[in-house]
Amino acid sequence: MNDVLGNILTDRIQIFAVLGSIGMLLFILRLIKRRRLKEEYALLWIIVFVVFTFISFFTPVLNWLAGLVGILYPPSALLLFLIVGIVMILIHYSVVISRLSEQNKKLVQEIALLKHRLGIPFEQEKP
Amino acid sequence: MRICVVVPAYNEEANIASVIQELKTYRQDLTIVVVNDGSLDRTGSIAESTGQAVVLNLPCNLGIGGGVQTGFRYAARQGFDIAIQFDGDGQHIAAEIDKILAPIEADEADFVIGSRFIDDARSSYQSTFARRIGIRLFSWLNSLIIRQHITDNTSGFRAYNRRAFCLLAQFYPVDYPEPEAVILLGKNGFRIREVAVEMRARAGGESSISGLKSAYYMFKVMTSILIAAIRTPVKGFARHE
Repeated sequence: MNDVLGNILTDRIQIFAVLGSIGMLLFILRLIKRRRLKEEYALLWIIVFVVFTFISFFTPVLNWLAGLVGILYPPSALLLFLIVGIVMILIHYSVVISRLSEQNKKLVQEIALLKHRLGIPFEQEKP
Repeated sequence: MRICVVVPAYNEEANIASVIQELKTYRQDLTIVVVNDGSLDRTGSIAESTGQAVVLNLPCNLGIGGGVQTGFRYAARQGFDIAIQFDGDGQHIAAEIDKILAPIEADEADFVIGSRFIDDARSSYQSTFARRIGIRLFSWLNSLIIRQHITDNTSGFRAYNRRAFCLLAQFYPVDYPEPEAVILLGKNGFRIREVAVEMRARAGGESSISGLKSAYYMFKVMTSILIAAIRTPVKGFARHE
């Protein structure tokens, strides 16, 4: 009796994990299709969700991976891999933000230098 | 030698005209570059109305680092030989420029810091206890990293030769750049010299670092100093290349 209950529980986790990650994958692909997301920034998300779908679908792979890192309850290994993926994406974002702020700073400086070269005086916007 | 004085100014309408005046009176042939760092007051128009300074108006506030770097970019592109960094708040004394200029002109140093603490007895500069502790800490940390004793890492009264300010035009730290620039130039093999200078107590306005913020400031600067220390030297600029 307990075995059956246990199976239903693990199965349910598996079903939710597979459906959830396939859903997220489709959502990301739709954003790319509608040009709301650049491929460069979608790539990491796609990798994370493809891997996540794979390991939640093939239970033996998940069990093996969980054993490898010493996790006794395999479905919680899913969470670990998801967190690793999210952390990687966040670090990627920090890199992107650093690049953007450097470019932004340079643009602000160029505007000031250009305005001076064009002889545009300081324009007061206050009353 | 063509000399450019970079004057970063943020909301300095009360001081900027007299700073420009003082610099011009000290030496006629200086090119004064006021970097108006997105001031909310009339700093930009007042500086322009003196007719004696190049005024670079940044469309938004970049902070002291981004501001000073704009001046270095200008100096690099206009082919200046020496750049001097001089605060827009009236804290620095134009007549003291001679002292930081001399080692550059004699080619004994690439980068000269005007220090308030090299000779404590001679300096009339007043500072709080907490601030002195912080300054000691930077001094100790920076000295450890570049193996040269620097007493006043936060001084914004500095002179650079062309090689040094061209590097800074490319790479300049953003938030609290003075201590980090020392590491950057030190790690890239530039010759650093410190000379004792006098500074005034602040004429008007408030220091950018005060109160509870100073603890956070310390933490942030220490972190960026350590980061600067582990960064690899800049290719094509390092002095020993």
